[in-house]
Amino acid sequence: METLPTVWFIVIAFFWTGYLFLEGFDLGVGMMMRGFARNNTERRVLLNTIGPVWDGNEVWLITAGAATFAAFPQWYAALFSGLYLPLVLVLLALIFRAVGIEYRGKVDSDRWRSGWDWAIALGSLVAAFGVGAMLGLTTTGLPLDANGDRVGGAFAWFNGYAVLGGLAVVGFCLVHAAAFLALKTDGDVRLRAKALVLRWLPVGLLPMAAWAAALVLRNGKTVTVVTLLVAAVGAVAAWLLAKAGRDGLSFAGLGIFLVAGTVTIFTAVFPTVLPSTLDEAFSLTVESASSSDYTLGVMSVVALFGIPAVLVYQGYTYWVFRKRVSSSAIPAAHAVVAQ
Amino acid sequence: MEALEIARWQFGITTVYHFLMVPLTIGLGLLVAIMHTAWYRTGKDQYLRMTKFWGKLFLINFIMGVATGLVQEFQFGMAWSEYSRFVGDVFGAPLAMEALLAFFVESIFLGLWIFGWGRLPKAVHLLSIWCASLATIASAYFILAANSWMQHPVGVEMIDGRPVMVDVWAVLTNNTLLVAFPHTIFGALSVAGGFLLGVSWYHLWKRRRDGIDTVGADGRVVVGSDPARGRDAADHKVWLRSLRIGAVVAVVSFAGVSLTGDLQAKLMFDQQPMKMAAAEAACHDGTGFSILSVGDLGSNDCSDMVAVAELPGMLSFLANGDFDTDIRGINTLLPEYQERFGTHLPDNPIYGERAGTEIDYVPVMEVTYWGFRIMITFGMLAAAAAVVALWVVRKGTVPESKWLMRLAVFGILAPFGANSAGWIFTEMGRQPFVVAPNPDPDGIDNVFMFTAAAVSPGVSLAELIFSLSAFTLVYGALLVVEVKLLATYCRGGVPSAMPELLHGSTAEGAEKDDDGGPDGGTGGRGKDSGADDVLSFAY
Ligand code: HDD
Ligand code: HEM
Ligand code: HEM
Repeated sequence: METLPTVWFIVIAFFWTGYLFLEGFDLGVGMMMRGFARNNTERRVLLNTIGPVWDGNEVWLITAGAATFAAFPQWYAALFSGLYLPLVLVLLALIFRAVGIEYRGKVDSDRWRSGWDWAIALGSLVAAFGVGAMLGLTTTGLPLDANGDRVGGAFAWFNGYAVLGGLAVVGFCLVHAAAFLALKTDGDVRLRAKALVLRWLPVGLLPMAAWAAALVLRNGKTVTVVTLLVAAVGAVAAWLLAKAGRDGLSFAGLGIFLVAGTVTIFTAVFPTVLPSTLDEAFSLTVESASSSDYTLGVMSVVALFGIPAVLVYQGYTYWVFRKRVSSSAIPAAHAVVAQ
Repeated sequence: MEALEIARWQFGITTVYHFLMVPLTIGLGLLVAIMHTAWYRTGKDQYLRMTKFWGKLFLINFIMGVATGLVQEFQFGMAWSEYSRFVGDVFGAPLAMEALLAFFVESIFLGLWIFGWGRLPKAVHLLSIWCASLATIASAYFILAANSWMQHPVGVEMIDGRPVMVDVWAVLTNNTLLVAFPHTIFGALSVAGGFLLGVSWYHLWKRRRDGIDTVGADGRVVVGSDPARGRDAADHKVWLRSLRIGAVVAVVSFAGVSLTGDLQAKLMFDQQPMKMAAAEAACHDGTGFSILSVGDLGSNDCSDMVAVAELPGMLSFLANGDFDTDIRGINTLLPEYQERFGTHLPDNPIYGERAGTEIDYVPVMEVTYWGFRIMITFGMLAAAAAVVALWVVRKGTVPESKWLMRLAVFGILAPFGANSAGWIFTEMGRQPFVVAPNPDPDGIDNVFMFTAAAVSPGVSLAELIFSLSAFTLVYGALLVVEVKLLATYCRGGVPSAMPELLHGSTAEGAEKDDDGGPDGGTGGRGKDSGADDVLSFAY
């Protein structure tokens, strides 16, 4: 087993985990713009909880993609071209969502706002589902030929694991977002968010647990049984802590669930990065898909400097904006009038 | 129709579109950081207003750059999987560096800046816009490193038919990159300069139309005030200063693009002689720079090209710095390319249906020829207009002419056009290669890839048509939305970013220059309305 490719597999798993942990709640908050939020003020409360941070969270996705390109070009090429259609939808969803978050407050009209609210909600939903499907399939496989190209047409990727992965991420995002809102808001929104966590946590986390468990069974590695148990403990703790009113700790419990869950998933498939469902010989592995050691070495230096720096200044933003957002602090909307 | 063609259209459309947002982001970001610094140091009200107003426009544009950038990042793997496999070892690295070292900084510090009014210590707040702005420039550097490698592959060795990186330093100091980077940044600044100029002209004109500002007997402006709508004396300063800054930036950046563009051209004559010959529609060897050539550019065949007007010696000067070196024309280059890289695409399945077909080494000449000229002409026009504008406003305002105002606003488009034309020229001039072979002495032999081999083999024509249509439709619609929003906020003037100006509470205070020093309350405004201002600035 080669060291550097393994290190980079871990780094990429780290980026995905960071992405799901961070963007997890802002995607969830996005979905809750319709349905959960009851009026314009509440929607603005929701948006303001993620406002300063969501763009930085999204960069975790870009980095996961770009790092895959740099460290495992074969993986990047096969996965992204194999999932062409769902990724187009994910991209469109992310575009609408991003533009919606930024533009919704820029015109004072109900139609305008409600249009963008839908864009944010559906965009968040589709993006979360698509990313989940993609991660689900990278662990269970695509019909790849010897060159790493998908065969069987535009929908050949579609199967139960795509749906399971999609549901896993959507479910996690919603629970995570509710826990986040309980932590970041005040008043009625907070109470309803807490109730949501208590009621829906078991349901929301179930698909991700099922996905991880399926991989543990398929690939049968003892360590993964342990990490899966840790994930379960995290989930239970999150629920109990929420019940006890310890919002911060409950949120942390969800974090443990997620980290242990992704560790389970990535460990279960290692050293395969993208199985071929046609022939095991065509599967991409950490070794067969990776860049040269020189490239990986260069990237390691960059990551060694870059990742800690990101953690520090991103952590700083969360600290700066740690205050709760409440409905009473939302100013009236203002219309822009031509001079 | 073939998948390859659709994939190329899609890449071209999405990238040119991304690059409509990018130069404004880079250029305006830097200018807003400078304005914020001016406010930090002097505490003058007009600098605060400038920071907020231009900052708001910057944000409206920024988000579209982010949204479309995502597509760019994923697109290599989605539509160009063979390309990604071939170049991954060397090409992915700058992309990953861009994400890790630039995008994180950019987005996180921008979040801090937007929501940081009144919450962050002033110095930290100022630092955050600088970090964000410098990171956009860094991101340009890394992405151009990747692009320059496609124009001029360096730092690799061919192992098992693939370029494998052996020297990252060579990739990051590629001579192509070292000139393309400043050229692109100056190009971005020229966009921002033109933008400031056009919008400010409009507001100065409007103040005159509404009778707020008048012109005295000596031709100097007499500044009036209409405080109820935030159009006081400081407002006049905002526009006048912005206009002057914009015009100076436009002129200086044109000097910058000209100098660096000249260096680029000299390099290109060595590195991709066919691109430059096609840019000149230069069929025969010679020294003259074509001002106008007639003939059927589209025929891609040199038999009927006639140069109507030429600057003798100029082409030689562009390439070599002297006036009498013969520059190789297409008729000389073509056999050289055919000899080195073959006359037909190899019979390799990687080329799909194109395997075995003849290779056309001459890029589409209408595009290269006119692209090159549009880039230079539009840039030149914008700079000339900026010089005129500086002279016209020397007495403190603009003429009442509506026609001139329209011209100034319309002129905002010229630098955008120059930028797009430059890229289209660069990228299409590289065809039929996606990674161009470099015959020059420091090029590495045999590192090249035909565009025909780069597209994803597994992706069907139908999928590509779907995505091309979806992206084009969505991008088109969003462009309308963005331009409308920008126009609304431009028309709203400073209060569109500082609604507190309209409440009239500080109207008298605003007459003074030094309202709200760096130590004042939130944005130097009402001390307790701080939180409101923050949120209304953000969303
Ligand atoms: C010369 C500059 C330049 C060029 C040639 C490109 N970009 Fe870009 N890009 C930027 C300069 C830039 C920027 C100025 O840094 C942006 C614009 C808005 C922003 O947030 O950053 C950006 C945004 C941006 C984003 C979103 C970043 C975020 O979320 O903060 C991505 C993923 C990319 N770009 C990727 C690409 C790719 C893969 C390109 C090549 C095909 C590309 N860009 C061409
Ligand atoms: C932002 C400025 C850019 C613009 C406006 C631009 C424009 C274009 C256009 C018009 C094409 C189509 C050419 C053709 O098919 O004839 C193209 C192709 C391409 N460009 Fe760029 N480009 C830009 C930057 C980049 C960068 C930074 C990269 C790489 C890092 C890049 C990589 C490619 C690739 C891979 C293709 C596809 C293959 C091809 O058709 O040549 N481009 N670009
Ligand atoms: C006298 C003026 C100019 C000269 C001689 C010049 C020269 C060049 C050359 C030779 C290239 C092609 C480089 C390549 O193929 O890699 C280029 C590309 C480009 N030009 Fe210019 N240019 C000039 C003015 C401008 C202006 C005014 C703008 C924009 C405002 C601009 C924006 C660009 C851009 C964005 C590119 C593509 C990116 C790049 O390769 O750097 N140029 N220019």
